[in-house]
Amino acid sequence: MHRDSERHKLFSRRALMLGAGQGALLSALVGRMYYLQVIESERYKTLADENRINFRLLPPPRGPITDRKGRSMADNQQNYRVVIIPEQAGDVERTLNMLSLIIPLSAGERRHIRREMKRKRAFVPITVRENLEWSEVARIEVNTSDLPGVLIDEGQSRHYTYGPETAHVLGYVASVSEKELTGDPLLELPGFRIGKAGVERVYDLALRGKGGSSQVEVNALGRMIRELARQEGQPGVEVKLTIDLNLQRYVMERLGDHSAAVVVMDVHSGEVVCLASTPSFDPNAFNTGLSQAEWESLVSNPKAPLTDKAIAGQYAPGSTFKMSVALAAMQKGAITADTHVFCNGKISLGNSEFHCWKRNGHGSVDLQTALEQSCDVFFYEAAKRTGIERISAMARRLGFGAPLGLDLPGEKPGLVPSNDWKKAAIGSSWQLGETLITGIGQGYILATPLQLAVMTARIANGGNMVKPRLTVDHVTEQGVTPFENVPDQTLGLSPEHLAQVRSGMERVVNSPYGTARRSKISKKDGPMAGKTGTVQVRRISKSERETGVVKNKDLPWKERDHAIFVGYAPLGNPRFSVSVVVEHGGGGSSTAAPIAKDVLKQAQRMIPAKPSPKNTET
Amino acid sequence: MLQSNGFLSQPKLSIGQKLIHFHWLFVILLILTASFGFIMLYSAAGGNLDPWASRQMVRFGIGIVGMIIVAMTDIRLWLRYAYAFYLIVLVLLVAVEVAGFVGMGAQRWISFGIFNVQPSELMKAALVLALARYFHGGSIEDVGRPMYLLVPAMMVGAPAILILRQPDLGTTLMLGLASLSMFFAAGVRMWKFVVLGVLGLISAPVAWFTLLRDYQKQRILTFLNPESDTLGSGYHIIQSKIALGSGGMFGKGFMMGTQSHLNFLPEKQTDFIFTMLAEELGLVGGLVLITLYTLLLVYGLAISMSSRNHFGRLVGMGVTVTFFLYIFINIAMVMGLIPVVGVPLPLVSYGGTAMLTILFGFGLLLNVHIHRDLTIGRRDSGDEM
Repeated sequence: MHRDSERHKLFSRRALMLGAGQGALLSALVGRMYYLQVIESERYKTLADENRINFRLLPPPRGPITDRKGRSMADNQQNYRVVIIPEQAGDVERTLNMLSLIIPLSAGERRHIRREMKRKRAFVPITVRENLEWSEVARIEVNTSDLPGVLIDEGQSRHYTYGPETAHVLGYVASVSEKELTGDPLLELPGFRIGKAGVERVYDLALRGKGGSSQVEVNALGRMIRELARQEGQPGVEVKLTIDLNLQRYVMERLGDHSAAVVVMDVHSGEVVCLASTPSFDPNAFNTGLSQAEWESLVSNPKAPLTDKAIAGQYAPGSTFKMSVALAAMQKGAITADTHVFCNGKISLGNSEFHCWKRNGHGSVDLQTALEQSCDVFFYEAAKRTGIERISAMARRLGFGAPLGLDLPGEKPGLVPSNDWKKAAIGSSWQLGETLITGIGQGYILATPLQLAVMTARIANGGNMVKPRLTVDHVTEQGVTPFENVPDQTLGLSPEHLAQVRSGMERVVNSPYGTARRSKISKKDGPMAGKTGTVQVRRISKSERETGVVKNKDLPWKERDHAIFVGYAPLGNPRFSVSVVVEHGGGGSSTAAPIAKDVLKQAQRMIPAKPSPKNTET
Repeated sequence: MLQSNGFLSQPKLSIGQKLIHFHWLFVILLILTASFGFIMLYSAAGGNLDPWASRQMVRFGIGIVGMIIVAMTDIRLWLRYAYAFYLIVLVLLVAVEVAGFVGMGAQRWISFGIFNVQPSELMKAALVLALARYFHGGSIEDVGRPMYLLVPAMMVGAPAILILRQPDLGTTLMLGLASLSMFFAAGVRMWKFVVLGVLGLISAPVAWFTLLRDYQKQRILTFLNPESDTLGSGYHIIQSKIALGSGGMFGKGFMMGTQSHLNFLPEKQTDFIFTMLAEELGLVGGLVLITLYTLLLVYGLAISMSSRNHFGRLVGMGVTVTFFLYIFINIAMVMGLIPVVGVPLPLVSYGGTAMLTILFGFGLLLNVHIHRDLTIGRRDSGDEM
């Protein structure tokens, strides 16, 4: 037992040493705890918050676009899309295979996803498919456990109720391309769309609104647990267009299969109430993305559905240019209302002969008759007496030769030729023969349908420099403000001369000899005045002229004449001007005038005149 | 000397006598500590008894009853069967090597149809008993002879290598350190530990290239520089430190731990439960638990020192040190002081096996307490009780 007490003593000594060692180690743990939880606590609190709190951008709803009466033309629709976050998915291919069992993915879609994955960081969600059916959403949600990193994202997609009928005015939205990134984080949101054409593009910043942000608590998988704070953004501005939706739709329908453009505008305010171009395209398709084949068929179509012909189509105005020539000639004093010119079907200048459309001639004609029957010889003579510079100057005053500043992208300037222009562009000096050709609106001169409508409006409203516009109010990023009341700016034209021209235009439609007599509008529907134009797109050879000009309907489509008509209504106190251009449509009187008639009739019916201020007082 | 010891030194005690001299305060401390676990498991399940807290309570209840039964048995029984128990567990370890199925990436379990046994856990107790018996039979002079230490070294080495091969670095480490402590307590000379330490340092590179598996190396490398792999292996350590640190002095509040409840913290109900506790209850909560542990350790040490038989002293020390190692390795691990080795927090972490091992160990400790005044001769192997 003595031995054991010795062992016991040794054991006790050693045990106390072990105990002391344990105590020391436990103290070290406590020290470490103190260091982490007290000294370094703030740092770790921040890290914990960074872990759990995510900032999310809230895309603002895109502003709606309405017509002049507030009818919706473009709005947003609820849309579900499925996105994949590569970092959370781990094996992306495997996850996509699983997802394919619910929504079959094409090889192209997979390639797109792989490409996006290389381009973006691993935690950025990549859109797999948009516009999911509700049943697809439900099936994905049910299977989330087998689909790591796959999320359903709720968003809004742009919807154009009337698709092709308003496509050229509204334009469309599509994904942001790399070149368009400005550093605004909104643009980097998956599925964010910006305006690429039309009103959507011009007023993109206003329509876009301002993004809000939301602080959400997320778990380790990035799933949202709850929202901590929210800063609302600012929804996009509602843009009210001057377009009348019903008239627009009527005109698009009326144009049918033609490759054509129609512009209708208020001759006083410049409000464009209809801006039509056919054929059109479905802007909704751009939202989801076009296939290569769809895109190519749009681009290769000879009738150019993507081009807004109303503002970007440039045509020789033909006989519709004769009003400008008449005004220029009268202003110079080269002709008066009583000047008569004898038309025997042609006029000679040097070795050249310039033909009137009427082979046998019109006989002796004055200005009004020349307009009424569209006598070419009269205007050859008038142009010759006036000179190209004065004709060009008048054309510019009436709105030709430069963009009119309508709030749409892609407006073309047209072309008003002059001696200087020819020297600069072609390198030779102006020939008198070219003045004659310009006198009947052919040759170098080009105008857009919008310019034709503006020219007509300026004549109809008594010589005010009306400018076309597309929105009811002034649109800025902050919102809309009413346009300031700008007093009418006069072009400085003689009322007498304008009255002469208007009388001629009235006779075009309303006299039994007028070229558009078959398109007369009855008294109760608001009679119209106008001018026809038929523009050759091919040269008529001398031999053909002798054997008889080939009829339009016997020519291939591309070689047929353009049919043009400009007009206004009603006669006494004009409200609307119209321009109609039908590409390769044949004659101005046979094809364009009947369309103008129907359009002006509808415009007056659909858009009643505002009662004058005196009448509103009760 | 023998006469003065009263009835406790009697060769046989009645059940009543044992119950009177049971260390009830120790049991109360155990229950308090385990209750910490129940509360945290309730929080881990988002304010629910299911799936963890309720099952843990049942296990603890069964464990406590088992512990009391073990405590009431005669200590000489354990002395007599110490080697047999050790050999059976060693055979089971070999069996795991042969027939065990792979679970959690490591071969640790053996299935007996209705229940699974983890022989490496049983070995912790078996080795303590076997070493205690061995040193119980040796005089101070014996312990001084190097050759005498060969057998116990083999008794430690055989299971250690088997467990390391499973691979289970944490258990191997605990087995080795607990055994070393027992060698130390038994009176092995200091210089031998110094030599062993030097040898260990020399052989560490060898072990690195031969014994350690890739994932074990990865854990050690990650420990040395957790920021090198923030989303891989380092993730656990970093997130655990963030959780602890952000808890601050008083914590984020019960069931309000953002790191734990938003799943940034891995294994919150098992190995990282201390982190969750410290996140929700702060430094104060952590200190209360550590204080409870310290009290248990102090009582354990006191029990082993007060025993009048060497076997009891060594068993008590082995159990206490093992308990300490659980605590230290786990807490040091979640605080980023040592590599992640997968050792649970005793009595608190969710899991049955570790709970049963610990309560079995405490059964032995309390047994030592009851039989503290019993003297057992050096040559006495408990055969003639």
